[in-house]
Amino acid sequence: MRYLPLTDTDRREMLAAIGVPSIDALFADVPAAARHRDLLDLPLAMGEIEVERRLAAMAAKNTSAGAAPCFLGGGAYRHHIPAAVDHLIQRGEFLTSYTPYQPELAQGTLQYLFEFQTQVALLTGMEVANASLYDGATACAEAVAMAGRVTRRDKAVLSGGLNPQYRAVCETYARFAGNALAIQDAAPGGGEDLAGLVDADTACVVVQHPDFYGEIRDYSALAEICHKAGALLVVVVTEILSLGAIRPPGEMGADIVAAEGQSFGNALSFGGPYVGLFASREKFVRQMPGRLVGETVDAEGRRGWVLTLSTREQHIRREKATSNICTNAGLCALAFTIHLALLGEAGLTRLARLNHAIAVAAAEKLVAIPGVQLVNRSFFNEFTLRLPRPAAPVVETLAARGILGGIPVSRFYPGRAELDDLLLVAATEMVTPEDIDRFDAGLREVLR
Amino acid sequence: MSDWSQALSSRPAMDAPGGMATISGNRGLQIEEKLLFEQDSPGHCGVDLPEPPPFGARLGGLERRGPIGLPGLSEPQIVRHFTRLSQKNYAIDSGLYPLGSCTMKHNPRLNEKMARLPGFADLHPLQPEGTVQGALELVDSLAHWLKVLTGMPAVALSPAAGAHGELCGIMAIRAALEARGDRRGRILVPESAHGTNPATASACGYTIESIPANERGRVDLAALQAKLGPDVAALMLTNPNTCGLFEDEIIEIAAAVHRAGAFFYCDGANFNAIVGRVRPAELGIDALHINLHKTFSTPHGGGGPGSGPVALAAELAPHAPLPWIVHGPEGFALVEHPDGPAARSIGRLKGFHGQMGMFIRALAYMMSHGADGLRQVAEDAVLNANYLRVKLADALSVAFPGICMHEVLFDDRFLKDTGVTTLDFAKALIDEGFHPMTMYFPLVVHGALLIEPTETESKAALDQFVGVLRGLAERAQSIKKGAGDAAFFRAAPQFTPRRRLDETGAARKPVLRWRPEAPASTGSADAPRDAGRNRAPSLVDERS
Repeated sequence: MRYLPLTDTDRREMLAAIGVPSIDALFADVPAAARHRDLLDLPLAMGEIEVERRLAAMAAKNTSAGAAPCFLGGGAYRHHIPAAVDHLIQRGEFLTSYTPYQPELAQGTLQYLFEFQTQVALLTGMEVANASLYDGATACAEAVAMAGRVTRRDKAVLSGGLNPQYRAVCETYARFAGNALAIQDAAPGGGEDLAGLVDADTACVVVQHPDFYGEIRDYSALAEICHKAGALLVVVVTEILSLGAIRPPGEMGADIVAAEGQSFGNALSFGGPYVGLFASREKFVRQMPGRLVGETVDAEGRRGWVLTLSTREQHIRREKATSNICTNAGLCALAFTIHLALLGEAGLTRLARLNHAIAVAAAEKLVAIPGVQLVNRSFFNEFTLRLPRPAAPVVETLAARGILGGIPVSRFYPGRAELDDLLLVAATEMVTPEDIDRFDAGLREVLR
Repeated sequence: MSDWSQALSSRPAMDAPGGMATISGNRGLQIEEKLLFEQDSPGHCGVDLPEPPPFGARLGGLERRGPIGLPGLSEPQIVRHFTRLSQKNYAIDSGLYPLGSCTMKHNPRLNEKMARLPGFADLHPLQPEGTVQGALELVDSLAHWLKVLTGMPAVALSPAAGAHGELCGIMAIRAALEARGDRRGRILVPESAHGTNPATASACGYTIESIPANERGRVDLAALQAKLGPDVAALMLTNPNTCGLFEDEIIEIAAAVHRAGAFFYCDGANFNAIVGRVRPAELGIDALHINLHKTFSTPHGGGGPGSGPVALAAELAPHAPLPWIVHGPEGFALVEHPDGPAARSIGRLKGFHGQMGMFIRALAYMMSHGADGLRQVAEDAVLNANYLRVKLADALSVAFPGICMHEVLFDDRFLKDTGVTTLDFAKALIDEGFHPMTMYFPLVVHGALLIEPTETESKAALDQFVGVLRGLAERAQSIKKGAGDAAFFRAAPQFTPRRRLDETGAARKPVLRWRPEAPASTGSADAPRDAGRNRAPSLVDERS
C-alpha cells in the first residue's frame, strides 16, 4: 500500500524486537468478543487511477456553479480565487503542520494568524479578532454565549433579518446551554422593532449586516439603546466582501462581530470548510472563544508570536473554558489572509464596487420583468425579489434549463405562504452581462 | 512595540549560534520577514480587476467613509512573503511529528486533488438537489464507510471538528434522556481526558465529575461504579485512552454505565489505533466522534479545518443534527428542517451541510486503503508505537508497563535529579530536527511525554528517532555524573527561526494585532507606514 512504508521484513523484525509472536498479540487488551478476525464488508484497496475515476464520476453528476450562470448567495458566495492562493496554501509547511503549540517550529503559522487577526479587526472596524472559528453560523452562536458571559444575562434578541441557518444554530446551542432567545419573525424589507425588546435581562441583540435579504441598515441607534440598557450589539456579516463598500460594524457601535469569511480565498465546496471570523472590543478579550495569537519576544529579544491567553481555553481550563472549541479553521484563515493581502486596499475597494455594480445591473434588469418586484431599498451584491408566483418551482425549472437562478426563501421557511414568492439573488464579479441576460430571458419565459 | 526594525536593519545578529553575525539579520535559509502591514506600497495591488461599468449606487447612504488600512502589495511580493513564512514551520512533510493524541500522519496529495474537482469545489450548498446528486452520493458513501467501520446504525456528519462532534453527541444524549422524561445533571469524565470533554459537557448544561485512573493507567472501575447513579447522564471515555492504552475492562464499564441508565460516549480521537480491527458498537458505545483529520488523514492545516462526524446508536439516531440525507424517489434528498422524520433532531449545529471538502479527502483516503489497508493502518500504527516503547524502555521511563496501542506514554522519572524538565528535553529534540512529542498531557502522570509515531513512518525513521532520544537521555543522565550541564537543555532550541518565546509576557500585556506606530515613537527608517497613507479610491468618490 503506497502510504505505508513498513515492509513485511520490517514488521517481522519489529515484532521480534518487541518480543511478541504476531500482530494479534499487540491487540490482546481488546476483549476477545470485539476482535474482528475478518475484513469488514467494504471495498479493497485501490490505486490512484481507480479512486480518481470513481470520485470524478460522482463529481460529474453535479452541475458545478461554473457550468451555469450562478446567482446563489444566502451565506456562501462564488468569488474568483487568485491562483496564488491555492498554490500557497498547498505548501506542505502550511498544509501538513499542526496547531502552533510549539512556537519555535511554527512562526510561519503564528505570523499569518497575527496578520489574519489584524485584517479581520481592520475590516470589521473592531479592536481585536481571534484566529478564526469553524464558520459564520457557529461564530454567531459563540457570540451569543460570549455576550451572556460578559453581561451575566441570558436573553438574546435575534433579528428576523438574521440568516435562518445562523438562527437555527443559535437555537441549538442556547437550548442546551439554558439561554433564552427572543427570535423575531422573518423580516424581509424590515419593519421590526428590536429596540423595544431590549430590557434588563437582555445580554445582546443580534443583527445582520447586510441582512439576510440584502438590506443595509444603520445600527448606530440600536447600539446606543443596547448600551444604555447594559446589553451588547452583535453584528453578523455573511458576505465579508461587503465591508469593502459599506460602513463596518465597528463604526456603528458593535460590541462583537461574528462573520463568515468564505468570500476571501475559500471555494464554495458545497458548504464547507469555511472560516468563522470573530472580533470584539478589546476589553472583552478574556471572554472570547477560540485561539488568539499574540506578539512577544524570544530569548534573544527578537519579535515573535505565540498562542496566548490560553487560560480561556479547554486544554487549560477544562469545564471552566469560554468554549469547548479546539481546532479552528487555520488553513481557511490562511486562504482568507492571502486573498485579502493580494487585493489590498485598492483591490478590495474595486472588487466591492464591481460586485455592487453587477448586482445593480442584475436587479435593474430583473425588476423590469412584469410582476417582479424588488423588496430592498438598498443592497450590496444580494437582493430579494418578489415573484408573481412561488419561487421554489421557478428555481427548479431554471435549473433544468442550466441556470442557477437564486435561492427560494421557502427553502429556509417551508410552509410560510407569505414568503413563498420571495427569491434571493446574488451577483458577484463572476457574473457576466451574458449571464444576466440568460437569467432574465429564462425568468421571463418561466413566468410567462 | 518591538525592536523588530532594529533587528532587521541595524543590529547584527551577534548572538547567533557560533557567533556569526550577518548584516541582514538573516541566517542563511532563515530569512527574517516583516509583517504584511510593514511592507505596504500604497496603491499597489496583487489582483487586476476590470473597472466596473457605470452604475447608480444602492447602498442606502451607508458607504464606507474612510480607508480600511490594508497594505497594497503585488503578487510576487505576496508569494515571497508567504513562502518565507512557510519556511518557518515544521510539518509532517518535513519530518517525524510524534505529537501524541494528535495523529500527525502523511496527508496524501490525491485527496487534495479530488477535493479540488470543480464538480465538488465549485458547488454551491444551496443549489437545487437535482443538481448536486453526486455530492449527496459522496456524503452518503462516507456515511456508509463510517457506519460499517464503527458498527453503528447512524452517523451525523455536520460537526466541524472533534470538539464539535462531542457537542453533537452530548446534545443527542441529553435529548434522548429528555425524551425518556429523565433529567440528569452529571457527566463523568476520566482524569486523563482531553480538555474538550469537560468543556463540552459544561456547554451542554452538565456538571462534571472526574474519575481517577488506576495504577494500570485505565479507568478505575470501582471508582466509576461508585460515582454512577440515577443522576449520571453519560460517561465520556477515550478509547484507546490518552495514555495510549486500551481500556481492557470496557465491556464491564459499558455494562455498568447502561445499568445506571446512562449513555456511553466515546471520544474517538484515537480510533486510528483500532480501525478495521475493532468496531466500537461491539464495545457497548452509544456515541463516538471520529476526527477525520486524525484517523482519515485530512490535513491538519496548522489548526484546522477539521471534521468530526459522530456515529450514533439506535436510541440516539433520531436526535441527530440537521441536515439528514435520505433516499427519495428521485435520488438523494436533504432533510433540512426539524419535522417529519427529523422531528426529534437536536436541530442545526453548523451552517449548510458539514465539511464537504474534508469528506471528499477522507473518502479518497478510505477508498485508497480499502478494508484491508485500513486494518493495516491500525496494525502498523500500533506496531510502530510498541517498537518505540521497547527501544526506549531502558532510556526513558515508560509510564505504564505492558503493551501500548498507537502511542506510548513516558513520564519524567528518567530526568530525576538532572535539572532537566520535560519541556527542556522536548525543546532539545527540536534542535535535532524533530517536532517534540505531546508534553504534560495526559495529566495523570508527572511530566508526561506522549509519543505517537503513526503508521506512515518507516523503520529507518523510527530508528533514527530512537537514536536521538537515547542520546539526549544519556546527555541528561550525564549531568548527574557531573559530566554535563542542564543549561544545554534550557538553552534549546538554538537553531530555529526564534528561540524560546516569552509566553508569560505575551499574556500579561496582550498585543493581538498590528497597529501603525506613531511616527515619533521610532527613529528608524524602517518604521511601519501609517495605514492612513494607504488611501485607495473610496466608493463614494468614484461612483458614477
